[in-house]
Amino acid sequence: MALNNDIVLSRLQEKFPDAIREAYINFDQLNIEIDPAHNAAILRFLKEDEEMNFNYLTDLTAVHMPDQAGKEIGVIYHLHNLYDNYRLRLKAWLPASEPVISTASSIWLGANWMERETYDFFGVRFDGHPDLRRILNVDHMEIFPLLKQYPLEDSSRDDKDDRFFGR
Amino acid sequence: MSDMKLVEAPEGIQGEGFFATSLNKVIGMARANSMWPLPFATSCCGIEFMATMGSDYDLARFGSERMSFSPRQADLLMVMGTIAKKMGPVLRQVYEQMAEPRWVIAVGACASSGGIFDTYSVLQGIDKIIPVDVYVPGCPPRPEQIIDGVMRIQDLVRDESLRRRHSPEYKQLLASYGIV
Repeated sequence: MALNNDIVLSRLQEKFPDAIREAYINFDQLNIEIDPAHNAAILRFLKEDEEMNFNYLTDLTAVHMPDQAGKEIGVIYHLHNLYDNYRLRLKAWLPASEPVISTASSIWLGANWMERETYDFFGVRFDGHPDLRRILNVDHMEIFPLLKQYPLEDSSRDDKDDRFFGR
Repeated sequence: MSDMKLVEAPEGIQGEGFFATSLNKVIGMARANSMWPLPFATSCCGIEFMATMGSDYDLARFGSERMSFSPRQADLLMVMGTIAKKMGPVLRQVYEQMAEPRWVIAVGACASSGGIFDTYSVLQGIDKIIPVDVYVPGCPPRPEQIIDGVMRIQDLVRDESLRRRHSPEYKQLLASYGIV
């Protein structure tokens, strides 16, 4: 039988009763917020369980929500079961002061570079990652540029007058 | 009769069996009409450059038949496209590998000023790391504009003093970019 939201949610709740925080439908897709301490076990279950069978990690990234005290940084997993063409979104919220979560690179090899990218831009440290260093930005960059406290615009420009940009 | 136009001889004194002019003018003329460009194309301006090189616009008419894909045999560095900060050292190394005399043309808004990419990861104009002789505006510029930029480079080359590259001003310019 093809996967659906109810099956996935009930299997997860049955297997990880304490680690499932919240579940809701967003953009026609099931979103599950999980306990970051158990992310590796949940992801491994989703990949290796014969019924779940999420064999493809579509994307792994992060978001920064500075207003959510204590859970500013969200690590987002997009999973895809290619056999049933069923997609699932997982979120794990971390505090900005200590953004550490277990790696998924031992579950899907493709997570290796995605985690490096997430580290590069958001500073999320993936525990157990074989080679966690910057991948896209220059090596000597000192900030994690997609965190909201850092300006997007280049700091070397001196020709932009704030008055002309309405600020 | 072909309507092909040849380069006119520089000003000089002509008589039977001799022609006298200054070395500056002869060398300037020869250099200006045999520029070897090194295309450093990273994005859409590079596509416009391909049209410029193609048969419709044909940059070869201006003596730039041969693209030099080695900086060591190139006279003109044509930077076309967005240069990310990570690419900066590579561009600089290419410039440093070129032999004097060398000229640089920044084609398009991104190479000239960063263009629309006012962001932490993009170099805000290549003149932050290497000296630029001619800027071609446009996003991307049409092939006619690129040809016009090359012709402005030819003007510079034609009129350049043979001693310019030894002058203290030029050495100071390179030193201000940290290039020895």
